[in-house]
Amino acid sequence: MSDFFTLTVLVGTLASGIRTAMPYLLAALGETVGQRSGVLNLGVDGVMLLGAFGGYYTVLQTENHWLGVLVGLAIGLGMGLVYALVTIVFHAEQGISGIGIFLFGLGFSDLLFQELVGTPRPIKPLPKVEIPLLADIPHLGPAFFQHNLLTYVAFALVPLTTWMLMKTTFGMNVRAVGENPQAADSLGVSVAQTRMGAILFGNTMAGLAGAGLSLQLAIFQHNLTNGLGFIAVALVYFGAWRPRWVLAGALLYGMVTATRLRWQSLDIIPRGASDVAAMAPAIITILALVLLASRVRGPAALTKPFSRH
Amino acid sequence: MSRLAGAFVPLGAALLAFVFGAVMILALGENPIDGLLAIIDGAFGSGERIAATAVRATPLLLVGAGITIAFRASVINIGGEGQIIAGALLSTAVALWLPDLPKIVLLPLVILAGLVGGGFWGAIPGALKAYASVNEILSTIMLNIVAVQLMNYLLRGPMIDPIEVEGTRIPQTERLTDNAALPTLIEGTRLHFGVILAIIAAVVVWVILWRTPTGFRLRAVGHNPDAARAAGMNVERNIVKALTMSGALSGLAGVVLVFGSESLRLVTDGGSAGFTGSAGFNGIVAALFGGLHPLWTIPSSFLFGSLLTGATELQRDLQIPNALAIALNGLIVLFVVSSDRARGWIKDRFGAAT
Repeated sequence: MSDFFTLTVLVGTLASGIRTAMPYLLAALGETVGQRSGVLNLGVDGVMLLGAFGGYYTVLQTENHWLGVLVGLAIGLGMGLVYALVTIVFHAEQGISGIGIFLFGLGFSDLLFQELVGTPRPIKPLPKVEIPLLADIPHLGPAFFQHNLLTYVAFALVPLTTWMLMKTTFGMNVRAVGENPQAADSLGVSVAQTRMGAILFGNTMAGLAGAGLSLQLAIFQHNLTNGLGFIAVALVYFGAWRPRWVLAGALLYGMVTATRLRWQSLDIIPRGASDVAAMAPAIITILALVLLASRVRGPAALTKPFSRH
Repeated sequence: MSRLAGAFVPLGAALLAFVFGAVMILALGENPIDGLLAIIDGAFGSGERIAATAVRATPLLLVGAGITIAFRASVINIGGEGQIIAGALLSTAVALWLPDLPKIVLLPLVILAGLVGGGFWGAIPGALKAYASVNEILSTIMLNIVAVQLMNYLLRGPMIDPIEVEGTRIPQTERLTDNAALPTLIEGTRLHFGVILAIIAAVVVWVILWRTPTGFRLRAVGHNPDAARAAGMNVERNIVKALTMSGALSGLAGVVLVFGSESLRLVTDGGSAGFTGSAGFNGIVAALFGGLHPLWTIPSSFLFGSLLTGATELQRDLQIPNALAIALNGLIVLFVVSSDRARGWIKDRFGAAT
């Protein structure tokens, strides 16, 4: 245990927890906006897998990280169009259609990977961007200011998403159609267009989260996300549909994961205890849901398709 | 017309998915007809392969039959994976603890343990939904994660094969007693008693849902909880019941996966799909495709079972990755859940003469 409480190890664990939180945060922020508009997207994990493969393969071919990120965004946008068609036009049950998106992403990303790559080949990881001056602060610098660009982007998007939801016309429309689509519609807000915008935003973020994951890990393999996208959906409930609480949840997941892996590598806890510790975030989420369910109300029209008559 | 539309739309959805699959095979530089023939050959080409298809369909049918109960009661159970694992763990534990019991006692006990394990894992989200308003979609997903880690822990620790402690530490149990193995139906093939068990289960689910007061209440609660409550039904208890029954059948799928396997042991690769083959999700696909009807879920499961075994041949023959089957499953879900509204449109257009 004393190995763990050295400053270098603590700082390293903190930094790795922040990095681990990045894909959770990106995906969960996107899902937050989608759910605020009344649309549940359970397919986040599948979109992430597709974005992860797209980003990975682009970097493998071009060695250009930003092209990889762009491909991840584009794949997310494309899957958003599919999901908008399924939910807005066809009014499909959202809990189930998300599973369809997930299975498609799981299978299709694996198909492309086996066909185009075969065995996992590492790529160059996303470069670190050191924030001038701040990165030089002892201990705090390495913990907070020596991350890849996407990690900074993810954290910056927390206040930006709040601002978008609370202060912009689009955000107000999103909240209106998520609470009472009939009323919003009678005031001339297009429910379909607003939800479409929210779905596209959410899926694009999921694609970005996937690309961020594979570029950060510098690898792709079958089922790379291992359920990360499902946890991102749960974090939205955990965070009571508020970006800053979603951030808290993502950090909790990141920190628990980083600490567990660090303890395991330092032989502080045996592998078995690490498996038990891996249950903790899921159990904490369930407990949080129990506590929150009676206190916090979600968007009233969540999962309910809208039609005028 | 509406009845015709009802039958054609799921078939149309499947057709669309297969067209998409054909396009993918084309894009991979192979002839889709060859692809289809390879799938058919892989699934039905010999007695052994037909047996493999049936064995592959068995967990899908069990999970799918359970899904019909849950979805009919308007409970969305995404927790099949976790419930399969819970059933497998409890039944494996029983077989490890009581290996010397005679088969006639042990096998029913193992099956019962699977039902109890899966049922318990389903009852948790049921109770959370009924009494603490926790969304069952989320709680079942979280419990999937918990179950996987519980399996990893148990197979690396308390339940590990004693040989592996000194050996390579592969996270698996020892070979379980033959007294708990599901009897083989046809010598020389993998066809085992689990297949019959699953078909019986599907029929029982049909009887329960449509021929008993219990099933009537479950469907009434699913159709309109307020009306059901007004009629004096206990909505909460029925929600718990639906998820428990659904989980129990998934747990039985876990029993079949362990005690019908050639190696006769429980192995983990760290995730859930390594053990379940994603049956917890694919069972949802089979149930949806079967129109959430337990009897139609039987042929539907065999169809998806054949797609999965056929995909293996596709990979061997044409080097097309078998992940294609999973991608197609996803598309079929999307097409089927999108088809309800299309069905409505067809009805509107051609008159709603029912």
